Amino acid sequence: MSPSETAQPENPIRAAIQGAIDEHPTILFMKGSPEQPACGFSARTVAALQALDAPFAAVDVLPDPRIRQELSAISSWPTIPQLFVGGELVGGCDIVMEMYESGELAQTLGVEGEAAPGQAPAGQAPAGAGLDIENRLG
Amino acid sequence: MPRAEELQQRIEQGIPGSQAQVTDLTGGGDHFEARVSAPGFEGLSRIQQHRLVYDVFGDEVGAAIHALSIKTAVAQTGDQPVPN
Repeated sequence: MSPSETAQPENPIRAAIQGAIDEHPTILFMKGSPEQPACGFSARTVAALQALDAPFAAVDVLPDPRIRQELSAISSWPTIPQLFVGGELVGGCDIVMEMYESGELAQTLGVEGEAAPGQAPAGQAPAGAGLDIENRLG
Repeated sequence: MPRAEELQQRIEQGIPGSQAQVTDLTGGGDHFEARVSAPGFEGLSRIQQHRLVYDVFGDEVGAAIHALSIKTAVAQTGDQPVPN
């Protein structure tokens, strides 16, 4: 999907982003944090994931403009937020909201039918090179 | 500052056979919503459909066009509006 394997030495940020996408089953690149989204589109996307009780990792793209540049280079997607599931770009706010409304999002996230709001197991989010990945399990 | 009609024309020129409806959401010329239907969307995933629309504007999305909200639909026979 991307030439990240060859990009490590000269492009640590891209390698870290690709690593984060590969490591986390569900990861959202957004503006701000899930607790304090800095943009309405990011806020709506977070709300959809939370409404499904879906665990996700989140990366704030705002601290360094290069995160966004490299992310868009990897994904060929120009806007933020970007949701990845299983290493694949699912979409931005519009697509995530459409999929939420149609039920496809629950299917894609594998949270279909488990509406139980119980505790998800705690997990560790290994932080990639300065990316400040926040784990949102539970 | 980009205007809705300009965006609409560029989408329709950039995507063969497409029909676009573009709304300036804030009136400020930076947050737009585009509803686009095109026969060429057939068989493409949503991601691929949206990418075709974004590709019309290249680097302008995220810059001059701060936000472009997109809804796509496959054009059926004739003129089909994008469903809500």
